[in-house]
Amino acid sequence: MRSWDPRIEEMPLAELKKMQYKLLKTLVYRLYSFSPFYHRRMEEARVHPDDIRTLEDITRLPFMYKADLRDNYPDRIFLASQDDLVRYHVSSGTTGKPTVVGYTEKDLENWTNSIARALVSCGIGRGDVLQVSYGYGLFTGGLGLHYGAERVGATVIPTSVGNTERQIELMQDLHATAIACTPSYLLHIGEVAEKMGVSIKNDTGLKAGILGAEPWSEKMRQRIQEWLGIQAYDIYGTSELSGPMFIECSEQKGFHVWGDLAFVEILDPSTQEPLGPGERGEMVITMLQKEAMPMIRFRIGDISSIEEDPCPCGRTHPRVQRISGRVDDMLIIRGINVFPSQVEYTLMSIPEVGQHFMIIVDRKGSLDDMLVQVEVTKEAFSDKITDLMAIRKNVEHKLRNALNVAVNVELVEPGSLPRFEGKAKRVIDRRTI
Amino acid sequence: MEQKKFAIKQISIFSENKPGRLAAIAQALEEEKINILAFSIAEANGFGVVRALVDHPQEAFETLTRRGFNVAFTEVIAVRMRDEPGGLYEIAHVLGEANINIEYSYAYSGKEAAVLILRVDNVPAAIEAIRRGGGTLLDSTLFH
Repeated sequence: MRSWDPRIEEMPLAELKKMQYKLLKTLVYRLYSFSPFYHRRMEEARVHPDDIRTLEDITRLPFMYKADLRDNYPDRIFLASQDDLVRYHVSSGTTGKPTVVGYTEKDLENWTNSIARALVSCGIGRGDVLQVSYGYGLFTGGLGLHYGAERVGATVIPTSVGNTERQIELMQDLHATAIACTPSYLLHIGEVAEKMGVSIKNDTGLKAGILGAEPWSEKMRQRIQEWLGIQAYDIYGTSELSGPMFIECSEQKGFHVWGDLAFVEILDPSTQEPLGPGERGEMVITMLQKEAMPMIRFRIGDISSIEEDPCPCGRTHPRVQRISGRVDDMLIIRGINVFPSQVEYTLMSIPEVGQHFMIIVDRKGSLDDMLVQVEVTKEAFSDKITDLMAIRKNVEHKLRNALNVAVNVELVEPGSLPRFEGKAKRVIDRRTI
Repeated sequence: MEQKKFAIKQISIFSENKPGRLAAIAQALEEEKINILAFSIAEANGFGVVRALVDHPQEAFETLTRRGFNVAFTEVIAVRMRDEPGGLYEIAHVLGEANINIEYSYAYSGKEAAVLILRVDNVPAAIEAIRRGGGTLLDSTLFH
Protein backbone atom coordinates (compact mmCIF):
# COMPACT_ATOMS: atom_id res chain seq x y z
CA MET A 1 0.00 0.00 0.00
CA ARG A 2 1.11 3.56 -0.74
CA SER A 3 2.64 5.50 2.12
CA TRP A 4 0.39 7.82 4.12
CA ASP A 5 2.91 10.63 3.85
CA PRO A 6 5.27 9.61 1.02
CA ARG A 7 7.23 12.86 1.05
CA ILE A 8 8.43 12.11 4.57
CA GLU A 9 8.25 8.32 4.68
CA GLU A 10 10.14 7.73 1.42
CA MET A 11 12.64 10.57 1.82
CA PRO A 12 16.21 9.46 0.97
CA LEU A 13 18.03 8.48 4.16
CA ALA A 14 20.76 11.09 3.71
CA GLU A 15 18.14 13.81 3.46
CA LEU A 16 16.33 12.43 6.48
CA LYS A 17 19.55 12.60 8.48
CA LYS A 18 20.04 16.23 7.47
CA MET A 19 16.53 16.93 8.65
CA GLN A 20 17.22 15.14 11.93
CA TYR A 21 20.34 17.20 12.49
CA LYS A 22 18.45 20.46 12.00
CA LEU A 23 15.68 19.34 14.35
CA LEU A 24 18.21 18.23 16.96
CA LYS A 25 20.08 21.51 16.80
CA THR A 26 16.86 23.47 17.29
CA LEU A 27 15.81 21.19 20.14
CA VAL A 28 19.10 21.54 21.98
CA TYR A 29 19.05 25.34 21.75
CA ARG A 30 15.49 25.36 22.96
CA LEU A 31 16.23 23.11 25.94
CA TYR A 32 19.39 24.99 26.84
CA SER A 33 17.55 28.28 26.77
CA PHE A 34 14.23 27.35 28.36
CA SER A 35 14.59 24.15 30.40
CA PRO A 36 16.28 24.77 33.76
CA PHE A 37 16.48 21.00 34.23
CA TYR A 38 18.23 20.28 30.97
CA HIS A 39 20.34 23.43 31.09
CA ARG A 40 21.78 22.20 34.37
CA ARG A 41 22.37 18.74 32.91
CA MET A 42 24.25 20.25 29.97
CA GLU A 43 26.36 22.43 32.25
CA GLU A 44 27.27 19.38 34.30
CA ALA A 45 28.22 17.53 31.13
CA ARG A 46 30.17 20.60 29.96
CA VAL A 47 28.40 20.72 26.64
CA HIS A 48 27.00 23.78 24.88
CA PRO A 49 24.52 23.80 21.98
CA ASP A 50 27.31 25.13 19.77
CA ASP A 51 29.16 21.84 20.30
CA ILE A 52 26.49 20.00 18.33
CA ARG A 53 27.82 20.25 14.79
CA THR A 54 26.76 16.89 13.35
CA LEU A 55 24.04 14.36 14.09
CA GLU A 56 26.69 12.10 15.63
CA ASP A 57 27.47 14.81 18.19
CA ILE A 58 24.28 13.76 19.92
CA THR A 59 26.50 11.38 21.91
CA ARG A 60 27.94 14.43 23.72
CA LEU A 61 24.56 15.23 25.26
CA PRO A 62 23.57 13.96 28.70
CA PHE A 63 21.00 11.20 29.13
CA MET A 64 17.52 11.43 30.58
CA TYR A 65 16.13 8.69 32.80
CA LYS A 66 12.73 7.52 33.98
CA ALA A 67 13.76 8.71 37.43
CA ASP A 68 14.02 12.28 36.07
CA LEU A 69 10.31 12.22 35.29
CA ARG A 70 9.42 10.85 38.71
CA ASP A 71 11.69 13.32 40.48
CA ASN A 72 10.03 16.17 38.65
CA TYR A 73 6.47 14.97 39.28
CA PRO A 74 4.03 16.07 38.12
CA ASP A 75 5.02 18.68 35.55
CA ARG A 76 8.24 20.41 36.56
CA ILE A 77 9.98 19.09 33.45
CA PHE A 78 7.33 20.47 31.08
CA LEU A 79 8.34 23.13 28.58
CA ALA A 80 4.84 24.33 27.78
CA SER A 81 2.60 26.42 29.98
CA GLN A 82 -0.70 24.95 31.03
CA ASP A 83 -2.48 27.25 28.57
CA ASP A 84 -0.86 25.34 25.72
CA LEU A 85 -1.53 21.86 27.08
CA VAL A 86 -4.50 20.06 25.62
CA ARG A 87 -4.18 16.68 27.35
CA TYR A 88 -2.50 14.67 30.10
CA HIS A 89 -1.76 10.97 30.17
CA VAL A 90 -0.51 9.25 33.31
CA SER A 91 1.39 6.01 33.45
CA SER A 92 1.17 3.98 36.60
CA GLY A 93 4.65 3.61 37.97
CA THR A 94 5.30 0.10 39.19
CA THR A 95 7.78 1.62 41.62
CA GLY A 96 7.15 4.92 43.33
CA LYS A 97 5.29 7.80 41.75
CA PRO A 98 3.54 7.67 38.39
CA THR A 99 4.77 9.76 35.49
CA VAL A 100 2.67 12.45 33.90
CA VAL A 101 2.93 13.31 30.22
CA GLY A 102 1.51 16.55 28.83
CA TYR A 103 0.65 17.24 25.18
CA THR A 104 0.28 20.41 23.18
CA GLU A 105 -2.00 20.43 20.15
CA LYS A 106 1.02 19.86 17.91
CA ASP A 107 2.21 16.95 20.09
CA LEU A 108 -1.14 15.23 19.59
CA GLU A 109 -1.01 15.99 15.88
CA ASN A 110 2.44 14.39 15.51
CA TRP A 111 1.38 11.39 17.58
CA THR A 112 -1.76 10.88 15.51
CA ASN A 113 0.21 11.16 12.27
CA SER A 114 2.77 8.69 13.55
CA ILE A 115 0.05 6.08 14.11
CA ALA A 116 -1.63 7.00 10.83
CA ARG A 117 1.58 6.30 8.88
CA ALA A 118 2.16 3.11 10.88
CA LEU A 119 -1.36 1.76 10.30
CA VAL A 120 -1.15 2.37 6.57
CA SER A 121 2.28 0.70 6.49
CA CYS A 122 0.72 -2.57 7.67
CA GLY A 123 -2.22 -2.31 5.31
CA ILE A 124 -4.91 -0.67 7.44
CA GLY A 125 -6.79 2.30 6.04
CA ARG A 126 -10.15 3.48 4.72
CA GLY A 127 -12.58 0.58 4.55
CA ASP A 128 -11.06 -1.17 7.54
CA VAL A 129 -12.81 -1.58 10.87
CA LEU A 130 -10.35 -1.41 13.78
CA GLN A 131 -11.39 -2.77 17.14
CA VAL A 132 -9.31 -0.91 19.71
CA SER A 133 -9.07 -3.23 22.69
CA TYR A 134 -6.35 -1.32 24.45
CA GLY A 135 -7.39 0.53 27.57
CA TYR A 136 -8.89 3.98 27.04
CA GLY A 137 -8.17 6.65 29.60
CA LEU A 138 -4.96 7.58 31.36
CA PHE A 139 -3.14 4.81 29.47
CA THR A 140 -2.00 5.96 26.03
CA GLY A 141 -2.82 2.77 24.10
CA GLY A 142 -6.53 3.24 23.48
CA LEU A 143 -6.66 6.91 22.52
CA GLY A 144 -3.41 6.71 20.55
CA LEU A 145 -4.70 4.00 18.21
CA HIS A 146 -8.13 5.59 18.16
CA TYR A 147 -7.13 8.94 16.70
CA GLY A 148 -4.56 7.42 14.34
CA ALA A 149 -7.15 5.06 12.90
CA GLU A 150 -9.74 7.81 12.47
CA ARG A 151 -7.09 9.90 10.71
CA VAL A 152 -6.62 7.29 7.97
CA GLY A 153 -10.35 6.89 7.52
CA ALA A 154 -10.74 3.52 9.21
CA THR A 155 -13.81 2.89 11.36
CA VAL A 156 -13.04 2.52 15.05
CA ILE A 157 -14.85 0.24 17.51
CA PRO A 158 -13.62 1.66 20.84
CA THR A 159 -14.22 -1.47 22.91
CA SER A 160 -11.35 -0.85 25.33
CA VAL A 161 -10.42 -3.87 27.47
CA GLY A 162 -12.69 -6.37 29.15
CA ASN A 163 -16.07 -8.01 28.56
CA THR A 164 -14.52 -10.43 26.14
CA GLU A 165 -17.73 -12.11 24.98
CA ARG A 166 -19.17 -8.76 23.94
CA GLN A 167 -15.89 -7.97 22.16
CA ILE A 168 -16.31 -11.14 20.12
CA GLU A 169 -19.96 -10.39 19.29
CA LEU A 170 -19.08 -6.88 18.14
CA MET A 171 -16.13 -8.20 16.15
CA GLN A 172 -18.58 -10.39 14.22
CA ASP A 173 -21.52 -8.01 13.98
CA LEU A 174 -19.53 -4.92 12.95
CA HIS A 175 -17.15 -6.91 10.72
CA ALA A 176 -13.91 -5.86 12.37
CA THR A 177 -10.96 -6.36 10.03
CA ALA A 178 -8.26 -5.56 12.58
CA ILE A 179 -7.80 -5.54 16.32
CA ALA A 180 -5.32 -3.65 18.48
CA CYS A 181 -4.57 -5.20 21.88
CA THR A 182 -1.91 -7.00 23.88
CA PRO A 183 -0.83 -10.37 22.43
CA SER A 184 -1.93 -12.15 25.60
CA TYR A 185 -5.38 -10.56 25.44
CA LEU A 186 -5.75 -11.66 21.82
CA LEU A 187 -4.93 -15.24 22.84
CA HIS A 188 -7.57 -14.91 25.56
CA ILE A 189 -10.09 -13.64 23.00
CA GLY A 190 -9.27 -16.62 20.79
CA GLU A 191 -9.87 -19.05 23.66
CA VAL A 192 -13.12 -17.42 24.78
CA ALA A 193 -14.32 -17.36 21.16
CA GLU A 194 -13.73 -21.10 20.83
CA LYS A 195 -15.76 -21.72 23.98
CA MET A 196 -18.55 -19.67 22.39
CA GLY A 197 -18.29 -21.84 19.27
CA VAL A 198 -16.76 -19.00 17.24
CA SER A 199 -13.61 -19.51 15.20
CA ILE A 200 -11.77 -16.21 14.75
CA LYS A 201 -10.21 -17.70 11.63
CA ASN A 202 -13.42 -18.86 9.93
CA ASP A 203 -16.27 -16.90 11.51
CA THR A 204 -14.90 -13.34 11.56
CA GLY A 205 -13.41 -10.97 9.00
CA LEU A 206 -10.32 -10.30 11.12
CA LYS A 207 -7.16 -10.07 9.03
CA ALA A 208 -4.70 -8.19 11.23
CA GLY A 209 -3.67 -7.82 14.85
CA ILE A 210 -1.69 -4.85 16.13
CA LEU A 211 -0.05 -6.28 19.17
CA GLY A 212 2.20 -4.83 21.81
CA ALA A 213 2.48 -3.16 25.23
CA GLU A 214 4.08 -6.34 26.56
CA PRO A 215 6.96 -8.53 25.42
CA TRP A 216 6.18 -11.29 22.94
CA SER A 217 8.17 -13.57 20.70
CA GLU A 218 8.39 -14.61 17.07
CA LYS A 219 7.10 -18.01 18.12
CA MET A 220 4.00 -16.38 19.61
CA ARG A 221 3.53 -14.45 16.36
CA GLN A 222 3.54 -17.68 14.38
CA ARG A 223 1.11 -19.31 16.76
CA ILE A 224 -1.30 -16.34 16.60
CA GLN A 225 -1.07 -16.11 12.82
CA GLU A 226 -1.73 -19.80 12.26
CA TRP A 227 -4.40 -20.23 14.88
CA LEU A 228 -6.39 -17.05 14.25
CA GLY A 229 -5.70 -16.72 10.53
CA ILE A 230 -4.48 -13.13 10.76
CA GLN A 231 -1.25 -11.20 10.25
CA ALA A 232 0.22 -10.08 13.58
CA TYR A 233 2.18 -6.83 13.70
CA ASP A 234 4.36 -5.56 16.51
CA ILE A 235 3.59 -2.07 17.86
CA TYR A 236 5.97 -0.01 19.96
CA GLY A 237 5.88 3.07 22.09
CA THR A 238 5.70 4.28 25.65
CA SER A 239 3.99 7.21 27.26
CA GLU A 240 7.32 9.07 27.47
CA LEU A 241 7.45 9.05 23.64
CA SER A 242 3.74 10.11 23.51
CA GLY A 243 2.26 6.61 23.45
CA PRO A 244 2.24 3.85 20.86
CA MET A 245 4.08 5.31 17.86
CA PHE A 246 5.47 2.67 15.53
CA ILE A 247 4.05 -0.50 13.95
CA GLU A 248 5.77 -3.02 11.74
CA CYS A 249 5.12 -2.54 8.02
CA SER A 250 3.74 -5.37 5.91
CA GLU A 251 7.26 -6.87 5.70
CA GLN A 252 7.07 -7.74 9.44
CA LYS A 253 10.79 -7.14 9.84
CA GLY A 254 10.83 -4.56 12.62
CA PHE A 255 9.00 -1.26 13.01
CA HIS A 256 9.97 1.89 11.14
CA VAL A 257 10.90 4.65 13.54
CA TRP A 258 9.75 7.88 11.92
CA GLY A 259 13.01 9.78 11.74
CA ASP A 260 11.42 13.22 11.62
CA LEU A 261 9.86 12.51 15.02
CA ALA A 262 12.38 10.33 16.78
CA PHE A 263 16.07 9.53 16.64
CA VAL A 264 17.17 6.13 17.93
CA GLU A 265 20.65 5.26 19.13
CA ILE A 266 21.73 1.74 20.02
CA LEU A 267 24.40 1.77 22.70
CA ASP A 268 26.48 -0.78 24.48
CA PRO A 269 24.65 -0.90 27.83
CA SER A 270 27.78 -0.93 29.93
CA THR A 271 30.11 1.41 28.04
CA GLN A 272 27.45 3.62 26.38
CA GLU A 273 29.48 3.42 23.16
CA PRO A 274 27.36 3.57 19.98
CA LEU A 275 26.79 0.25 18.20
CA GLY A 276 26.39 -0.26 14.47
CA PRO A 277 23.41 -1.53 12.46
CA GLY A 278 22.41 -5.05 13.39
CA GLU A 279 24.16 -4.95 16.76
CA ARG A 280 22.00 -5.51 19.79
CA GLY A 281 22.16 -2.99 22.54
CA GLU A 282 20.26 -0.51 24.63
CA MET A 283 17.85 1.78 22.81
CA VAL A 284 18.20 5.46 23.57
CA ILE A 285 15.54 7.72 22.10
CA THR A 286 15.43 11.41 21.35
CA MET A 287 12.05 12.88 20.46
CA LEU A 288 12.87 15.55 17.91
CA GLN A 289 9.61 17.51 17.82
CA LYS A 290 7.92 17.18 21.17
CA GLU A 291 6.86 20.52 22.60
CA ALA A 292 5.36 19.97 26.03
CA MET A 293 7.74 17.34 27.31
CA PRO A 294 10.92 17.05 25.25
CA MET A 295 12.76 13.77 25.69
CA ILE A 296 16.41 13.80 24.82
CA ARG A 297 18.62 10.69 24.89
CA PHE A 298 16.01 8.93 26.98
CA ARG A 299 17.24 5.63 28.45
CA ILE A 300 14.08 3.70 27.79
CA GLY A 301 15.63 0.45 29.02
CA ASP A 302 14.69 -1.76 26.05
CA ILE A 303 17.16 -3.89 24.14
CA SER A 304 17.04 -4.13 20.36
CA SER A 305 18.98 -3.50 17.17
CA ILE A 306 18.45 -1.16 14.25
CA GLU A 307 18.58 -1.71 10.46
CA GLU A 308 19.12 1.12 8.00
CA ASP A 309 19.18 -0.82 4.72
CA PRO A 310 16.28 -0.06 2.37
CA CYS A 311 13.02 -1.79 3.26
CA PRO A 312 11.20 -3.54 0.39
CA CYS A 313 8.10 -1.53 1.37
CA GLY A 314 9.78 1.62 0.06
CA ARG A 315 9.99 3.45 3.36
CA THR A 316 13.46 4.77 4.15
CA HIS A 317 13.14 5.25 7.88
CA PRO A 318 15.28 2.93 10.01
CA ARG A 319 13.70 -0.24 11.33
CA VAL A 320 14.04 -1.32 14.94
CA GLN A 321 13.77 -5.03 15.59
CA ARG A 322 11.31 -6.48 18.05
CA ILE A 323 12.30 -5.64 21.62
CA SER A 324 14.30 -8.59 22.82
CA GLY A 325 14.94 -7.78 26.43
CA ARG A 326 15.29 -5.22 29.15
CA VAL A 327 18.51 -3.65 30.30
CA ASP A 328 17.55 -4.72 33.83
CA ASP A 329 17.85 -8.38 32.75
CA MET A 330 21.38 -7.98 31.44
CA LEU A 331 24.17 -10.12 32.85
CA ILE A 332 27.81 -9.25 32.52
CA ILE A 333 29.88 -12.43 32.06
CA ARG A 334 33.63 -11.89 31.86
CA GLY A 335 32.97 -8.35 30.72
CA ILE A 336 30.55 -9.39 27.95
CA ASN A 337 26.91 -8.30 28.06
CA VAL A 338 24.61 -11.29 27.95
CA PHE A 339 20.82 -11.23 27.77
CA PRO A 340 18.67 -14.21 28.74
CA SER A 341 16.62 -13.49 25.60
CA GLN A 342 19.68 -14.27 23.44
CA VAL A 343 19.86 -17.68 25.07
CA GLU A 344 16.16 -18.18 24.38
CA TYR A 345 16.48 -17.27 20.68
CA THR A 346 19.48 -19.54 20.25
CA LEU A 347 17.75 -22.49 21.89
CA MET A 348 14.68 -21.98 19.71
CA SER A 349 16.81 -22.90 16.68
CA ILE A 350 17.97 -26.21 18.21
CA PRO A 351 15.20 -28.82 17.96
CA GLU A 352 17.00 -31.34 20.18
CA VAL A 353 16.42 -29.24 23.28
CA GLY A 354 13.20 -27.81 24.68
CA GLN A 355 12.39 -24.14 25.11
CA HIS A 356 12.85 -24.14 28.89
CA PHE A 357 16.20 -23.19 30.32
CA MET A 358 17.97 -21.89 33.39
CA ILE A 359 21.13 -19.81 33.53
CA ILE A 360 23.37 -20.28 36.54
CA VAL A 361 26.22 -17.86 36.96
CA ASP A 362 28.98 -18.56 39.42
CA ARG A 363 32.56 -17.59 39.99
CA LYS A 364 35.25 -20.24 39.57
CA GLY A 365 38.41 -18.79 41.05
CA SER A 366 38.44 -15.29 39.64
CA LEU A 367 36.53 -16.15 36.48
CA ASP A 368 32.81 -15.98 35.81
CA ASP A 369 31.29 -19.28 34.92
CA MET A 370 28.03 -19.50 33.01
CA LEU A 371 26.05 -22.70 32.99
CA VAL A 372 22.93 -23.17 30.89
CA GLN A 373 20.64 -26.05 31.74
CA VAL A 374 18.45 -27.42 28.96
CA GLU A 375 16.09 -30.33 28.66
CA VAL A 376 16.67 -33.04 26.05
CA THR A 377 13.50 -33.66 24.07
CA LYS A 378 12.01 -37.14 23.77
CA GLU A 379 12.60 -37.16 20.04
CA ALA A 380 16.28 -36.34 20.44
CA PHE A 381 17.02 -38.80 23.23
CA SER A 382 19.23 -41.60 22.07
CA ASP A 383 20.70 -44.48 23.95
CA LYS A 384 24.11 -43.46 22.65
CA ILE A 385 26.19 -41.33 24.98
CA THR A 386 28.08 -39.97 21.98
CA ASP A 387 24.85 -38.62 20.47
CA LEU A 388 23.99 -36.86 23.72
CA MET A 389 27.50 -35.47 23.99
CA ALA A 390 27.15 -34.18 20.42
CA ILE A 391 23.89 -32.42 21.32
CA ARG A 392 25.56 -30.77 24.29
CA LYS A 393 28.56 -29.72 22.20
CA ASN A 394 26.26 -28.28 19.55
CA VAL A 395 24.30 -26.24 22.10
CA GLU A 396 27.53 -24.99 23.68
CA HIS A 397 28.90 -24.06 20.27
CA LYS A 398 25.76 -22.20 19.18
CA LEU A 399 25.47 -20.33 22.48
CA ARG A 400 29.11 -19.39 22.34
CA ASN A 401 28.69 -17.99 18.84
CA ALA A 402 25.57 -16.06 19.80
CA LEU A 403 26.83 -14.67 23.11
CA ASN A 404 30.56 -14.34 22.42
CA VAL A 405 31.28 -15.95 25.75
CA ALA A 406 32.10 -19.55 26.66
CA VAL A 407 29.12 -21.39 28.12
CA ASN A 408 28.84 -24.78 29.78
CA VAL A 409 25.70 -26.70 28.98
CA GLU A 410 24.09 -29.28 31.18
CA LEU A 411 21.51 -31.67 29.82
CA VAL A 412 18.73 -32.28 32.31
CA GLU A 413 15.67 -34.48 32.40
CA PRO A 414 12.51 -33.27 30.65
CA GLY A 415 10.12 -31.45 32.96
CA SER A 416 12.79 -30.87 35.60
CA LEU A 417 13.36 -27.15 34.92
CA PRO A 418 10.99 -24.66 36.54
CA ARG A 419 8.02 -23.47 34.49
CA PHE A 420 7.01 -19.84 34.85
CA GLU A 421 3.69 -18.11 34.54
CA GLY A 422 4.09 -14.45 33.80
CA LYS A 423 7.55 -13.04 34.25
CA ALA A 424 10.17 -15.76 34.09
CA LYS A 425 13.12 -15.81 36.46
CA ARG A 426 15.59 -17.82 34.47
CA VAL A 427 18.80 -16.56 36.02
CA ILE A 428 20.46 -17.62 39.23
CA ASP A 429 23.48 -15.42 39.90
CA ARG A 430 25.61 -16.91 42.65
CA ARG A 431 28.51 -14.55 42.24
CA THR A 432 29.54 -12.64 45.29
CA ILE A 433 31.76 -9.68 44.73
CA MET B 1 12.93 -63.66 11.09
CA GLU B 2 16.13 -64.47 12.96
CA GLN B 3 16.48 -60.85 13.90
CA LYS B 4 12.96 -60.70 15.25
CA LYS B 5 13.59 -63.81 17.33
CA PHE B 6 16.81 -62.66 18.92
CA ALA B 7 16.85 -58.85 18.87
CA ILE B 8 15.85 -57.81 22.37
CA LYS B 9 14.28 -54.47 23.34
CA GLN B 10 16.46 -52.80 25.93
CA ILE B 11 15.09 -49.70 27.63
CA SER B 12 17.42 -46.71 27.96
CA ILE B 13 16.59 -43.93 30.38
CA PHE B 14 18.13 -40.48 30.37
CA SER B 15 19.14 -39.52 33.88
CA GLU B 16 20.81 -36.61 35.54
CA ASN B 17 23.84 -37.63 37.51
CA LYS B 18 22.57 -36.84 40.99
CA PRO B 19 21.49 -38.70 44.10
CA GLY B 20 18.14 -40.46 43.98
CA ARG B 21 17.65 -40.77 40.24
CA LEU B 22 18.31 -44.50 40.03
CA ALA B 23 16.07 -45.04 43.04
CA ALA B 24 13.28 -43.14 41.26
CA ILE B 25 13.60 -45.35 38.20
CA ALA B 26 13.77 -48.54 40.24
CA GLN B 27 10.75 -47.51 42.29
CA ALA B 28 8.70 -46.85 39.17
CA LEU B 29 9.50 -50.33 37.90
CA GLU B 30 8.81 -51.96 41.23
CA GLU B 31 5.38 -50.38 41.45
CA GLU B 32 4.47 -51.90 38.08
CA LYS B 33 5.93 -55.27 39.18
CA ILE B 34 8.51 -55.17 36.44
CA ASN B 35 11.60 -57.24 37.05
CA ILE B 36 15.02 -56.01 36.04
CA LEU B 37 17.13 -58.82 34.61
CA ALA B 38 20.26 -56.78 33.99
CA PHE B 39 21.24 -53.18 33.92
CA SER B 40 24.14 -50.80 33.57
CA ILE B 41 24.80 -47.10 33.96
CA ALA B 42 26.84 -45.14 31.46
CA GLU B 43 28.10 -41.85 32.79
CA ALA B 44 29.12 -38.73 30.90
CA ASN B 45 29.90 -35.54 32.76
CA GLY B 46 26.69 -34.49 34.48
CA PHE B 47 24.27 -36.94 32.96
CA GLY B 48 23.99 -40.62 32.38
CA VAL B 49 22.03 -43.28 30.57
CA VAL B 50 20.57 -46.14 32.54
CA ARG B 51 20.16 -49.24 30.38
CA ALA B 52 18.12 -52.19 31.49
CA LEU B 53 16.76 -55.49 30.31
CA VAL B 54 13.38 -56.01 31.92
CA ASP B 55 10.78 -58.74 31.67
CA HIS B 56 8.13 -56.37 30.28
CA PRO B 57 9.83 -53.67 28.17
CA GLN B 58 6.63 -52.09 26.79
CA GLU B 59 5.07 -51.63 30.23
CA ALA B 60 8.36 -50.29 31.56
CA PHE B 61 8.53 -47.79 28.71
CA GLU B 62 4.98 -46.62 29.33
CA THR B 63 5.21 -46.27 33.08
CA LEU B 64 8.51 -44.42 32.96
CA THR B 65 7.29 -42.09 30.20
CA ARG B 66 4.16 -41.37 32.21
CA ARG B 67 6.35 -40.34 35.11
CA GLY B 68 8.23 -37.88 32.94
CA PHE B 69 11.35 -39.87 32.18
CA ASN B 70 13.00 -39.67 28.79
CA VAL B 71 12.97 -43.30 27.62
CA ALA B 72 14.02 -44.99 24.40
CA PHE B 73 14.12 -48.55 23.08
CA THR B 74 17.37 -49.93 21.74
CA GLU B 75 17.89 -53.32 20.12
CA VAL B 76 20.49 -55.49 21.78
CA ILE B 77 21.35 -59.16 21.73
CA ALA B 78 21.99 -61.41 24.73
CA VAL B 79 24.40 -64.30 24.44
CA ARG B 80 24.74 -67.13 26.89
CA MET B 81 28.37 -67.55 27.89
CA ARG B 82 30.31 -70.15 29.77
CA ASP B 83 30.86 -68.96 33.32
CA GLU B 84 34.54 -69.90 33.37
CA PRO B 85 37.82 -68.56 31.99
CA GLY B 86 37.61 -68.05 28.24
CA GLY B 87 33.83 -67.62 28.12
CA LEU B 88 33.96 -63.97 27.13
CA TYR B 89 36.79 -64.60 24.70
CA GLU B 90 34.72 -67.05 22.63
CA ILE B 91 32.00 -64.52 21.94
CA ALA B 92 34.22 -61.48 21.51
CA HIS B 93 36.45 -63.45 19.15
CA VAL B 94 33.56 -64.57 16.95
CA LEU B 95 32.31 -60.98 16.62
CA GLY B 96 35.79 -59.62 16.00
CA GLU B 97 36.38 -62.14 13.21
CA ALA B 98 33.08 -61.15 11.60
CA ASN B 99 34.19 -57.51 11.78
CA ILE B 100 31.26 -56.51 14.00
CA ASN B 101 31.84 -53.61 16.35
CA ILE B 102 30.61 -53.69 19.93
CA GLU B 103 29.31 -50.28 20.92
CA TYR B 104 28.78 -51.24 24.52
CA SER B 105 28.18 -54.33 26.57
CA TYR B 106 27.35 -55.51 30.06
CA ALA B 107 26.92 -58.90 31.62
CA TYR B 108 25.27 -60.77 34.42
CA SER B 109 26.02 -64.10 35.97
CA GLY B 110 22.75 -65.88 36.62
CA LYS B 111 21.71 -69.13 38.22
CA GLU B 112 21.99 -71.15 35.06
CA ALA B 113 24.68 -69.34 33.12
CA ALA B 114 26.37 -66.04 32.52
CA VAL B 115 24.79 -63.77 29.94
CA LEU B 116 26.52 -61.13 27.88
CA ILE B 117 24.35 -58.27 26.59
CA LEU B 118 25.70 -56.55 23.52
CA ARG B 119 24.85 -53.43 21.56
CA VAL B 120 26.49 -53.91 18.17
CA ASP B 121 26.66 -51.87 14.98
CA ASN B 122 25.04 -54.64 12.91
CA VAL B 123 22.46 -56.72 14.75
CA PRO B 124 21.54 -59.26 11.98
CA ALA B 125 25.19 -59.94 11.16
CA ALA B 126 26.01 -60.40 14.83
CA ILE B 127 23.15 -62.87 15.28
CA GLU B 128 24.33 -64.85 12.29
CA ALA B 129 27.98 -64.86 13.37
CA ILE B 130 27.19 -66.04 16.88
CA ARG B 131 24.87 -68.78 15.67
CA ARG B 132 27.40 -69.95 13.13
CA GLY B 133 30.07 -69.92 15.84
CA GLY B 134 27.94 -72.25 17.95
CA GLY B 135 26.80 -69.66 20.51
CA THR B 136 23.37 -69.53 22.15
CA LEU B 137 21.31 -66.39 21.97
CA LEU B 138 18.57 -65.60 24.42
CA ASP B 139 15.17 -65.63 22.81
CA SER B 140 13.40 -62.27 22.71
CA THR B 141 10.16 -63.96 23.83
CA LEU B 142 11.68 -64.04 27.30
CA PHE B 143 11.04 -60.33 27.31
CA HIS B 144 7.51 -59.34 26.42
